[in-house]
Amino acid sequence: MGTLAEKVATLWPEMTLMIGAVVCLFTGLSANAGIRKLTSVICGLALVIAAVLVGLVPEPSSGVGLGGLAVFIKYATLGIGLVLLLVAAQVPAGLRQVIDAEHVRTFEPGNNIRGEFFAFFLMSLTGVMLTAGADDLAWLFLALELTSLPTYVMVAVSRDKIAAQESAVKYFFLGAMGAAIFLYGFALIYGATGHTDFVGIREAITASGEPSQLLLAGLMLSVIGICFKIAAFPMHFYAADVYQGASTSVTAFLAFVPKTAGFAALMLVLGFVGWPLPQPLVVLLWVIAVATMTLGNVLGLMQDNVKRVLAYSSIAHSGYVLVGLLAGNAAGSDSALTNGLAGVVFYLVAYGLGTIASFAVLGCLRRRGEEVETYEDLGGLVKRHPDLAAIMLISVLSLIGLPPVVGFLGKIYLIGPAYHAGFRWIVIITVINSAISAVYYLRIVNACFFGKPADDVTLVPAVSRRIGAGVAALLAIAMGVGIGGAALIDGANHMTRIIFKSDTQVEAEAVAVPAETGQTLSAR
Amino acid sequence: MIPLLVILPLLSAAVMLAPVKWFDDRRNAWSFALLSTVFTFIASLLLAYQFDWSSPGITMENGVEWVPAFGLSFSWGIDTISLWLILLTTFLMPITVLASLTAVGERFREFYFWLLILQAAMTGTFIATDLIFFYICFEFTLVPLYFLIGVFGSGNRLHAAKVFFLYTFTGSMLTFAGVVYVAYFNTTLGNDWTFNIQALYGAAQAMSPLQQALVLGAMMAGFAVKVPLFPVHTWLPLAHTEAPTAGSVILAGVLLKLGTYGILRFAIPMAPEAVVTYGAAIGVLAVMGILYTALVCWVQTDVKKLVAYSSVSHLGFCVLGMFALDMDNIGAIGAVMYMINHGLSTGALFLCIGMIYERFHTREMAAMGGLARVMPVWAFFMVFFIMASVGLPGLNGFIGEFMTLLGTFNSPSNVLGWEFAAIAGIGMVFAAMYLLYLTGKVVFGPLKVPHVDPAWVSDQHLPEGHGYRPRDLNLREIGVLTPLAIACLVFGLAPYPILKTLEKPVAQLTAPAQNVAQARLDETAHRLVELTTEPIDLNTGALPLSPRSTAAPLWAAGSAD
Repeated sequence: MGTLAEKVATLWPEMTLMIGAVVCLFTGLSANAGIRKLTSVICGLALVIAAVLVGLVPEPSSGVGLGGLAVFIKYATLGIGLVLLLVAAQVPAGLRQVIDAEHVRTFEPGNNIRGEFFAFFLMSLTGVMLTAGADDLAWLFLALELTSLPTYVMVAVSRDKIAAQESAVKYFFLGAMGAAIFLYGFALIYGATGHTDFVGIREAITASGEPSQLLLAGLMLSVIGICFKIAAFPMHFYAADVYQGASTSVTAFLAFVPKTAGFAALMLVLGFVGWPLPQPLVVLLWVIAVATMTLGNVLGLMQDNVKRVLAYSSIAHSGYVLVGLLAGNAAGSDSALTNGLAGVVFYLVAYGLGTIASFAVLGCLRRRGEEVETYEDLGGLVKRHPDLAAIMLISVLSLIGLPPVVGFLGKIYLIGPAYHAGFRWIVIITVINSAISAVYYLRIVNACFFGKPADDVTLVPAVSRRIGAGVAALLAIAMGVGIGGAALIDGANHMTRIIFKSDTQVEAEAVAVPAETGQTLSAR
Repeated sequence: MIPLLVILPLLSAAVMLAPVKWFDDRRNAWSFALLSTVFTFIASLLLAYQFDWSSPGITMENGVEWVPAFGLSFSWGIDTISLWLILLTTFLMPITVLASLTAVGERFREFYFWLLILQAAMTGTFIATDLIFFYICFEFTLVPLYFLIGVFGSGNRLHAAKVFFLYTFTGSMLTFAGVVYVAYFNTTLGNDWTFNIQALYGAAQAMSPLQQALVLGAMMAGFAVKVPLFPVHTWLPLAHTEAPTAGSVILAGVLLKLGTYGILRFAIPMAPEAVVTYGAAIGVLAVMGILYTALVCWVQTDVKKLVAYSSVSHLGFCVLGMFALDMDNIGAIGAVMYMINHGLSTGALFLCIGMIYERFHTREMAAMGGLARVMPVWAFFMVFFIMASVGLPGLNGFIGEFMTLLGTFNSPSNVLGWEFAAIAGIGMVFAAMYLLYLTGKVVFGPLKVPHVDPAWVSDQHLPEGHGYRPRDLNLREIGVLTPLAIACLVFGLAPYPILKTLEKPVAQLTAPAQNVAQARLDETAHRLVELTTEPIDLNTGALPLSPRSTAAPLWAAGSAD
């Protein structure tokens, strides 16, 4: 364990984001309209600076936690955070409250929430980064809550409709329940091992050999509680309502940011016992994964509201990602396709790009001043806005997992490790679920390309949102055909190896940084 | 040279999207697509010229890395089987484009865009030597065809597009699971992750019978839907009837062959044990498909649907031939031959029907008759291609049908056996019946011209007071059909050179399964020797029902002179 000073020295990126959040709060209240408009730019700058700093700060050397994978998650969060910022940048400016506050003759700072929105945006991302770097249960809990709490507010303020407040309240209370459950789980883990710091917990477990019943109970409760963050069965109920109620740009945020934090936390918690997981946890995760993907897809079939469909699709994708988590990383193999944890992170990026792009397309459109929500509203999109229709097509293809878009590589990255870890049936269930999901994804494509053109659909005056959608779709295609995708996959794999290399002798090996290069084609 | 065949259509497709006014003119877009496909065809001819036709396996291998960490690469290479199918593709494309000048209403730019993308994907499947690269192209053909049917189809097109996509996608997702499983199994043998097919052949054959059975099942799930094999064929007639003519031609001509190609290239060599064990079951499905769909054809009232069902029936022969595993590979070589010939003749039939549909906007058999009286040129081509499809000796359909049946007849008794050939042979009779029935109704007999709305034929002069007299084929349409007719004739009269080139590559693919079949036969024979006192001639194989042929291949005698 390092000293506090050493620990803080690794936190410069997070601190940058927090400083950025504070600056945003100030500029958002400035009397000068030009400075107020700069708030989103400052938010973006904070993200960029943080990304640079992630590469500069020393890696935490405690030998537990996500180690190198945390760095990867931080980069992914900041990168996708930039895309999300493009998508969400115009949200405050479109709110009646903000317009009223800013456009009356005397500026009313009390009613203006422009600064708060971007501050919360940054804080939530900070939470993800802190989660990834956590090495203590208390820290992990606080980081998870730092991720979620701002999102409650963002949901509530994102729209001028009562539905937004309703969904925020729902989200908040259920989120509190989820937090209570995993906090209880953390308490049991503490009870079983006598430590809250990960090093101590790991040592206690290694020393006792078989994990005790109490520890298993703690782990299981933690997993179930964190299921709220990733919108997985049995904590998935809120997702459709909340996603529908929030402004579409914020929905895109919800579909990626808390989920990433949740999966990082799951990896940390399950990392205490390491892979292969003990039998009870395997059963639990297996059931959760299968139920999540099946429920998500089957319920997705029944929806008429595209936002709800995408919400259920996001639930289903959590189920797929859990397959990678179930497989874990096999010890003694450096091959990428034996490393389920790298698969989890890579799939999150792939899924994030597809989901964000599709939500952003919805967010770009209005019908009679209302958000576009139903299949009908999307009808004949290709005739009016071929660019948006193309983006929608690419993102949906990525979500289906159709090659050569990045979602396909993500599927390989989950299925390969699952085979390796001996989970054959869940692979079959996963591919069948993909086939089911194609039904509702195709309905979206159908509406956009073949549907009767919906009149009075107008574009939202938010250029950055369209750019954001386009960037996400382009990245999805580019990574799918190998530009950057291969590097990302290699990166995810090697960074995971650094820390999870061998679960029994972490301390000894944590310092050694393996420098293997990627597998080359064996058959050439 | 090989990647050019994929890149050229892709680039052309990208150019079609360019925001240039020039493409908004129908004729310009059409000529550009035509030019691009003709260039690709020339490129494929050059490739055929460069190609070493005597090479026994995949040659001209090369590739670029894709995701090295997964062992994925865009690697390509061709043998004669893939080369013939590539030639079929590049040959059919310009013809399809040529035929589509007047067939597409608005959004023709999009039409040619998807057509070119489709071409790239189809060619990609044939050149791929990386299993996932193959799978990508195989799977990606869904998207362009989905749009071709959904946007440019007739009547019930949305439903047809959706059914087509979901049906094939579900099957191929299972194939995907199987493919990754084979690659995973390869790593359990101590190898790195790779999807190179040469590396995976060896690994897959080391799998236990149960694993092979699962892999065969997974692969067949995708390929059988694509072929389509009997119980999973129901998407095809729907897709065909609603697809635009160009879509039908490509669908019947090339896309269905992706399934049979996949079976021959991947399923049979990778799961030889399972192929021998379950070959009979698949053979039963194939025979049932041949007979059942042939009977279904007979009761069709929609001309296009009839031809669509006939595809199912015909491809049953193809599958039967591949699973025959006879010692001389007559069945499998015949199946490849059948793939090419079916592409030519059925593609041409769909073009003929498309020309009728453009004139009458109906495909109901009852509404038309005796068209030979007013459209003699069309009638000539129609009858010609029907004869090719029926399997008239001298035209191309005959050779494939004959060889697949002969192969099945010679098949080892523990794989298919002569009974399959005998029953499937009835399918040939049925085929003659329904196709000649179609000819009799539509081409000959008393003249019956469907009611034509003047709006459809605004470019033509409608005589007042008289019945509408449809115009015969124009020069462009004759130009569309003539190359196909010539190809049908050439392939029918001189199949020997083609068969000769297919011999070695096909033998390579079927050898593992053949060996398994023979080993099992020998084992049975030995057991019989122990059981009985009667001497059994071990040199010529085992069981009296299936004499192991030692004669030279059928066509070898023909090519000697």
